[in-house]
Formats: sequence, structure tokens, C-alpha cells
Amino acid sequence: MRLDLGAIAKAGTSKANQTGSWRNYKPIFHQVKCIGCGLCKIYCPEGCVTMIEKKKYTVDYTYCKGCGICAEECSSSDIEMIVEEK
Amino acid sequence: MSTTFIEGSVAVAKTVSVCRPHVISAYPITPQTHIIEHLSELVANGEIKSEYVNVESEHSAASVVLGASATGARTYTATTSQGFLLMIEVLFNIAGMRLPVVMTCVNRAVSAPINIWNDQQDSMTARDSGWIQLYAEDNQEASDMHLQAFKIAENKDIMLPVMVCMDGFVLTHSFDPVELISQEQADKFLPPFKPEYYLTPKNPLSMGTMVGPEAYMETRYFIEKTMRASLQVISDVATDFHNQFGRFQGGLIDTYKVEDATLVLVAMGSIIGTIKDIVDDLRAKGQKVGVLKVRSYRPFPKDEIYKALNHVKEIAVVEKAVSLGYGGILVNEIKSVFYGKPKTPKINGFILGLGGRDVTVDTIHQVIKETAKAASEEKFVGLNEALIGGK
Repeated sequence: MRLDLGAIAKAGTSKANQTGSWRNYKPIFHQVKCIGCGLCKIYCPEGCVTMIEKKKYTVDYTYCKGCGICAEECSSSDIEMIVEEK
Repeated sequence: MSTTFIEGSVAVAKTVSVCRPHVISAYPITPQTHIIEHLSELVANGEIKSEYVNVESEHSAASVVLGASATGARTYTATTSQGFLLMIEVLFNIAGMRLPVVMTCVNRAVSAPINIWNDQQDSMTARDSGWIQLYAEDNQEASDMHLQAFKIAENKDIMLPVMVCMDGFVLTHSFDPVELISQEQADKFLPPFKPEYYLTPKNPLSMGTMVGPEAYMETRYFIEKTMRASLQVISDVATDFHNQFGRFQGGLIDTYKVEDATLVLVAMGSIIGTIKDIVDDLRAKGQKVGVLKVRSYRPFPKDEIYKALNHVKEIAVVEKAVSLGYGGILVNEIKSVFYGKPKTPKINGFILGLGGRDVTVDTIHQVIKETAKAASEEKFVGLNEALIGGK
């Protein structure tokens, strides 16, 4: 790999940079009490929460840094942060 | 070529205007200079076709030139003192993104206490930012240096920003005869800016992206390596300038009566002029004194300085800046030039002229007198003893 001047890269580096490896705590979306408010998706700073169907959300662990904002904001306390052991 | 009696700031503005900058951005409130005022006038009068962006702070001014430069525009900004400090975060980014922005740092003191008179503490604070720093001795040099600065910065092997440092008030607000550069001459010297990488929707790129521990160090290594390479480019551009304009104010350094000198004073900026007068006086009395001007402070031309000074017995470094908790900055870099070399001259350091304290002929004579004594630590020269409880 060659490093270009000033580490200038082709667009789309945020996809290449898999921030999921930074995670210490992992959000578990129980999908039980979810009322479908979508706060988890709105507040996720990585944009890695998606809606599968109404009242059912999931997270892309490739990019989830484990910040816990989704669990904090969840209006039904349906997301749990657990320690991730590697 | 005609000589004009002109204020330093206005001379610089006129030179910048013939460099055809596409984008100029500045914060037009104190601390600022007539450089920006005159450039905005030229734009408003339709005399130059630059885009002039007024912003709400120096942080934004630096950000605007960063963004504009990334699109392939030739960009310019100027600031001084506190405004310069506010820019520093962005200055590191500009260098890291390898954008050849040119800026003028008008050298003035920093707060507190509030003081915007001349010294060089502002730009010295950013000496590790990855910007090439050139220090001008007089208004002719300051004016000429800007044309050279764009050529150095935009050299495809360099692609680093260049800061032209000129002493506030002593130069910027003083009227001097200056040979101004015409549009035709500037166009002949400075080719249009054509960067290898620039932002365009046709070819999307990311600049200043996150780089983890796996590659960050290499980006720093490349800047350091490029800084070393720029030593030759700075020197070559000064020679090119000499060939076209017949004026030479030094490349990396300049020397005055150093060849046979036993004592050499080392300094940066407008103080060199005062020292030259004293050198002439002392030479007339038979004292072998000379002066060395550090023109390029970053990159620091260690080899050139060693070559120029290795025969000298005594060196006195005078500087308008201080690293609080350490002492003189330039003096310690000059000392490092001689580390591990067979012969080391006596090197004394003198901190003077802070916050606009006048550096007079007497001040320099005091420096020379102190140097004649035994080698010592760096000293403040020109202190008011009554204010520090000396009496």
C-alpha cells in the first residue's frame, strides 16, 4: 500500500475504517419491549442502527463503537449494554 | 522597475495581489494589519479578481483557506498575535493535509497582559506545526518573500504551507522605499497553481481523514522528510528570484561580514538592520564583528549555519521570543548546531525586545559587552530594573 500525500484517500474511507473493533461494551437489541420510536437510529453517532421492520431495530457491529447512546436514549429500556470479551 | 515610498503592509498586499490568489480570507478586526485592509480594497475596487471572504474569527479564516486550497485554489491569509494563536489548530491541519497556503504572520506579542506590540512570540509558538517559516529583515524582503513563498509552497515535491513572518509595526507600519513587483514579472516567476490532488465532484477524494496508529507516524515522517527537501527548494527559489529581479536577501541564511569575524551576532527579522549598522561602526574601530540572519527558521538550516560560523570564536544570539521554563529558543537551536563538532564557539543568548520594548543601538552594545564576559546562561537584556525590584 502506498500512502498518498497527506494521507489523501479515495472517498468512502469511513466504510473502510471498521470502528467496531474499538468496542468494549456491546448493545443488545432485545426487540421485546420496542415501541418503534426510532430514537436509537436517530441518535446513533455512527449511523449503524437500522430498522428491519416496525418495532424491530438492529445494529451493525462492524461499525458500532459501543458508545451506549442507543441504550441511554431507548424509550422502553429494550437495549442492554453488555461487556464484550474478546 | 520603479521604487515606491510605501507602507510595509501595503507593499505586501500589492505583492500578494500580483500572485493572483483565488481566495483570500481574514478576520478584519484587531489584531490585524493594513495588509488585509488593502487587499480587501483591491478586491472591492475590482482591481484583482480574488474571492474575499470575511469571517467571524481567525479560526474560520484559516478554515476557509484550508477548504479553498483543498479545491485547488491559490489561497492567502494574514494575521498576528492573538489571532494567530486562534488559528493554530487549523494551521496544523493545513500542514497535515499538505495544502500550500501562504500566510503572513505579522509578529506581535501575545496576552496576557494585553500587548500587541512587536516581538516574535506568536509565530515561534507554531514552529512545530509543519509550516515553513521565513523571517523578513525589511519591507523589500517581506514584499519579495511572498512571491517566493507561493513558489516554494506549490512546488510539487514540497506541498507545504509557507508562513512569511515580518515584525509588526517596525516593518508593517513603517514607510520604506520598495521596488514593487509588476503583474507581468510575477506571472513570469510564478506558474499557475496546478495541484496533483484537489477536491472535485468528478473525482471524489477524502482529505484529512482519520488515520490510526498504523499510518499516522508515516505522515509525520513524510512532512519531516519534505521539510529537509525544502531546504534546497527555498535556496533555489531565492536564486531564481535573484536571477529575475537582481535582488538577493539570502536563501536559508544571509551573512554580513561574517567571513573573517571573531564575534557573530545571530538574529531573525528587522533587528538585523540595526545590528548591521553597529557592525559597520565596530568594523570602523577595527573590531571583527559580523551578523548572521536566519531567514528560514523552519526548516532549520543546521548545515548552512555550521558552515558559516564554524570559524567563529564567539556567537551572540539575540531573539524576541522566550520559551518560558527553558529560556531562549533560537540560541538553543544554534547551540545544537555545534553538538558533536570538533570546535564549539562560546555561545551566549539574549532575550530582548519583548512586547515592543525598543531594541536600540545601546541594547546591542550591551549584548556585545556581555558576550565578552564568560559564557553564561541566556539573559534578558534591557529590563527596567526599577520594575523588577532591582533597586
